[in-house]
Amino acid sequence: MAKLTIDDLKKIKEKTAQLNSLRDGPSSTKITVHMGTCGIAAGARDVMNALMEEMAEAERSDIRVVASGCMGMCSSEPNVTIEVEGSEPIVYQLMNANKMRQVFKRHVLLGEVQTDFALAKM
Amino acid sequence: MRELSLHILDVVENGIAAGGNCIWITVEEDDKADQLKITIRDNGRGMPIEKLQRINDPFITSRTTRRVGLGLSLLAAAAERCQGTVRVDTAPGKGTEVEATFRHSHIDRAPLGDMAATITTLIIGNPGIDFVYSHRIHGEEFRLDTREIRAEMEDLSLSDPIVIHHLTESIRSSLKQLTSNKNAP
Repeated sequence: MAKLTIDDLKKIKEKTAQLNSLRDGPSSTKITVHMGTCGIAAGARDVMNALMEEMAEAERSDIRVVASGCMGMCSSEPNVTIEVEGSEPIVYQLMNANKMRQVFKRHVLLGEVQTDFALAKM
Repeated sequence: MRELSLHILDVVENGIAAGGNCIWITVEEDDKADQLKITIRDNGRGMPIEKLQRINDPFITSRTTRRVGLGLSLLAAAAERCQGTVRVDTAPGKGTEVEATFRHSHIDRAPLGDMAATITTLIIGNPGIDFVYSHRIHGEEFRLDTREIRAEMEDLSLSDPIVIHHLTESIRSSLKQLTSNKNAP
């Protein structure tokens, strides 16, 4: 029977041990990927996977990612909402993996809102 | 949807929206019976039987953001396209089980797609929800239980991006191994 082995887990644990202490702090940024039927059909899973890769590289402990449902704007899916503490939430529309990478690098890490991809301020 | 794994992602999100905190996902590929079976069970609040009679009707939905619910009706369409069926078992307070069967070799059956991405997307997007994923090909099984992993990891968070990255790779290679076992004589 194929199974995720305890050894695998230990390896992962060793790799993440040095970062772990950083990840317990409060989160200053929340990234919401909208994953209703409409979002999933439009490619939200690819967006989420690109986001995970970027997060793994960024080594920032204060960013939280959540999936949520449809927000009623199905024609502009995949939508992603970025909430940086102290500024208005920005909803991005028609996202894909590359746009997600750009938004993460510029908006989340550097604070530059990518107005070209934005749908609205909330 | 292009892949069955996207349908799975969608139906599981339904289960989470129904208040479940543990979701069981089972995929069974049986070449002898020429069948692919996907079962998704949650321990959420379930739904009344009257709603069930019309699951294929997209205008029956409990959502409030729009008036059309497509998740289950799309899954039913995908199954019926390849001589399959969808069965839903539910009662208020008892959770819901959705079982979809597909004729494995049917030309219109959508590919299963990237199950690893579906599972890890669920894990990272829904901290606090547990997932039990079991994939059987020809009697061989791959099994992942986030409750067990959480117990092993102790202080480590499962939604840590590096953990997720390794988890994705691990699921991908295990499933690949399962498939290659099947093809071996």
